[in-house]
Amino acid sequence: MTIAIDLREPRRVSGGEGETGHLEELRTDPIALMERVRAECGDVGIFRLADRDVVLATGAEANEFFFRAPEELLDQAEAYPFMTPVFGEGVVFDASPERRREMLHNQALRDKFMRGHAATIADEVDRMVAGWDTEGEIDLLDWFAELTIYTSSACLVGKRFREELDKRFAELYHDLEQGTDAIAYVDPYAPIESFRKRDAARVGLVELVEAIMAKRAAEPKPADDDRDLLDVLMSISNEDGTPRFLADEVTGMFISMMFAGHHTTSGTAAWTLVELLSHPDQLAGVGTELGELYADGAEVSYQALRAMPRLEGAIKEALRLHPPLILLLRVAKEDVECDGYLIRAGQMVGASPAVSNRIPEDFPDADSFVPERYLDPREEDRANPWTWIPFGAGRHRCVGAAFAMMQLKAIFSVLLLDWEFELAQPADSYRNDHSKMVVQMEQPCRVRYRRRADARSAS
Amino acid sequence: MRVGVDLELCQGHGVCESEAPEVFELAKSRKVVVLDPSPGEEHRSEVEAAVRYCPTAALRIIEED
Repeated sequence: MTIAIDLREPRRVSGGEGETGHLEELRTDPIALMERVRAECGDVGIFRLADRDVVLATGAEANEFFFRAPEELLDQAEAYPFMTPVFGEGVVFDASPERRREMLHNQALRDKFMRGHAATIADEVDRMVAGWDTEGEIDLLDWFAELTIYTSSACLVGKRFREELDKRFAELYHDLEQGTDAIAYVDPYAPIESFRKRDAARVGLVELVEAIMAKRAAEPKPADDDRDLLDVLMSISNEDGTPRFLADEVTGMFISMMFAGHHTTSGTAAWTLVELLSHPDQLAGVGTELGELYADGAEVSYQALRAMPRLEGAIKEALRLHPPLILLLRVAKEDVECDGYLIRAGQMVGASPAVSNRIPEDFPDADSFVPERYLDPREEDRANPWTWIPFGAGRHRCVGAAFAMMQLKAIFSVLLLDWEFELAQPADSYRNDHSKMVVQMEQPCRVRYRRRADARSAS
Repeated sequence: MRVGVDLELCQGHGVCESEAPEVFELAKSRKVVVLDPSPGEEHRSEVEAAVRYCPTAALRIIEED
């Protein structure tokens, strides 16, 4: 590619004089760091992550470049070294990340599967609340993280596999997610507690999957209609008759399939509830909307796919204010221009949903929870395709976005129709823990629930 | 009107095909194929819905004068 010669070098943000640059700040207050990059350097600026520059793009023009760039220019695979030990080193996939994403899209995320998924999700919420008393308290992180293990395993792998899982799987999976400290940019196997737990968790998950596989191998084969992805993988043999996929590789595949949709959905569910409970007028509006939609006893599997402007607005606002991924990264494969600035081959390039989602020129009253901004004619998500980016944008936009919205609508249909909630802590005590690259709500994050007098079923 | 497609952005969700089946089809390549690049006015509302609901904003309408 030919590069214009009069390109500017991006400015460097203040701070980060130490050996690892801004790594410590990224591990403690990443949003303040990225906001400072925008304040000091503009739409394109640099911070330092260990021995690498990260060119941070914010704002519509720079983001459009970031999200449109092909894989050959901005490479995703190299940008997330903290994921390799999570998915498993040496786990060989037969396909590129692009192809795997496409396969997942074709098999589980297509529009025609959505109604079945909605029924599955509503059923999983029912099963979780079946263990509740008429009133009590839950921790949002624990509760939604467990729920979304069941929903994502049931929808993506299959119901037979989900039936083998319990809280242990969710707890091990949580340890994996917590093993995403940015120290991985210096050493993905650094001797720290969260990495030790991460590696133990992966071993534990492989053992669970191995036991499930052994049990299945000893049982009669299921009917074709009941087969899930694990049955399919177990049915594939090498030429010499040995199984093609062993537990380690299968576990790695399942971990990676579930990863993108797990902590993201779990965190968004938690934030949607906290924001609604902090804005009673909005909660009342959502309650009215759900009451009307379900007045005639309609199934969640049907309604969750239909428009719910007020609930959708609340979810989109939770996503805008508290995006589950705050920094998306690539590695530049050649020198390239971004919005008049020069990015050099080898530099990392980042886009930040946490910063771009709150640009006041695009989102008036940017720090406030305003679900009305998504209603016609404002539609601030559609009006700002390169800065309303909780799901990314362009060619790399989250393929699971429609599934995620449906899932959240199904979850809140069940929860809000039958239960009342209230914050069990001061509203400003709910916050995200940014010490890991996988952002999750900081504990404690408790809410109280009480069964509604007019709850639909008497279960 | 003419229909413009940015194939770099298309992820093959197939929303356009559901909205305007006479104008869009999802090809084997998992990318959209425009069956009718200059659809008549009778298709306007479906095509507008397809453009509006495309999850990756890959479609647009180009007005001809």
